[in-house]
Amino acid sequence: MPEGELLGVLALTWQATVMLGIGGLLIYLGIARQVEPVLLVPIGMGIILANIPLGGLTDADGFLAVLKRAGIDTELFPLLIFIGVGAMIDFGSLLERPYTVFLGAAAQFGIFGAFFLAYFLGDGGLRLFDFSFEDAVSIGIIGSADGPTSIYVATVLRSRYAPAIVVAAYSYMALVPIIQPPIMRALTTDAERRLAMPARTQKVSPRTRLLFPVVTILVTGLIAPKATPLIGTLMFGNLLRESGVLERLSQAAQNELANIVTILLGLTVGGMMLARDFLQPETIMIYVMGVVAFAVGTAAGVLFGKLMYVASGKRINPLIGAAGISAFPMSARVVQKVGLEANPHNHLIMHAAGANTAGQIASVVAGGAVLALVPFFA
Amino acid sequence: MAEHIVEAPAPGKVLKVYAEAGKAVAEGDRLCVLEALKMELPIVAPVGGTVKALHVAPGQTVEAGDPLAVIEG
Repeated sequence: MPEGELLGVLALTWQATVMLGIGGLLIYLGIARQVEPVLLVPIGMGIILANIPLGGLTDADGFLAVLKRAGIDTELFPLLIFIGVGAMIDFGSLLERPYTVFLGAAAQFGIFGAFFLAYFLGDGGLRLFDFSFEDAVSIGIIGSADGPTSIYVATVLRSRYAPAIVVAAYSYMALVPIIQPPIMRALTTDAERRLAMPARTQKVSPRTRLLFPVVTILVTGLIAPKATPLIGTLMFGNLLRESGVLERLSQAAQNELANIVTILLGLTVGGMMLARDFLQPETIMIYVMGVVAFAVGTAAGVLFGKLMYVASGKRINPLIGAAGISAFPMSARVVQKVGLEANPHNHLIMHAAGANTAGQIASVVAGGAVLALVPFFA
Repeated sequence: MAEHIVEAPAPGKVLKVYAEAGKAVAEGDRLCVLEALKMELPIVAPVGGTVKALHVAPGQTVEAGDPLAVIEG
């Protein structure tokens, strides 16, 4: 028998075995339960590949290590994904209902909720967990309910928990239909939930749609410069969509580019989940705080919705505030479902989609704002 | 007798049509199902009465606010 054969079995630690199990579980959830399969299957396979002993994929020049250096450490992958996301999003529902911008902003409050909790449990207070200031900020960003923004911020801040944060962010996006409805029901009255909103809106012109991405880049970039890479790629993708003359590029961004980068990003993120880094109490805590982040964001959005309900003279249904977290389009669908439960004539989907796309922009801006603020506090 | 115009709540595609022109419907009966943002929206009768006019057929796309049906009741 040649030397080296079967050494993998001998080198298999229990920790690596657990990781192989987690990888298998994610693949199972993705395929059998259809939970975010596009992400969980590549991530699950990345975990398996990285944790096979002596496989060498995460060694200095291993396949996964090279991808990590090229795509994650440089922040390249999340930005490329954003070009695709921008090309996929129709901001019409937001432009037709400009007031939804406030709901998108309010729902980012989950970022701060989770940040304070993480910092308090870590270096900022109890020191129960090994969370530095930067780690706490990165954990907070789970509350943006946006995968690429989470990866981007956690990488820029060099948080060693980046893989756990990313997996938590994506897992909770899939769990939005379970996390949000109880909070939405608890914070609203039946009369509020029953409120139907008019279907007809002022149509926006193609010129407005075209100017929107460019103006957003300029305004956001000049106010929160650190958000420029994220908002710039997102809005560049949207410009491809709205230009009307770049159908080929728009399709390529939505399909080829987004698909290829999703494959590479998923594998690489999975490949960052090595047993020695992942199997720690901190990982479990990150999952707990992820729920807090999503719950606080949902509550803040709904509460701000209630404020708008009163301010508008009972014309805005507070439920649409829950769609202000950016999990698109999952949270818009949740709002539609909860609204329809209360009143079978109540179709909130387009209003919720407005808040939802506003949340997409707000989460990017929040990511940029957080990156700009960190140096002043750290 | 008042006429109630049932409008499309969102831009989308008509998936199924249950209502038939001239037939009676009860309040809450399904008139049709729309698809918007890859989600099915059941459109139900706001009042009981007779379907006076039906403006949609399966496969048709509608804009938000387009009339789907008129119910007299």
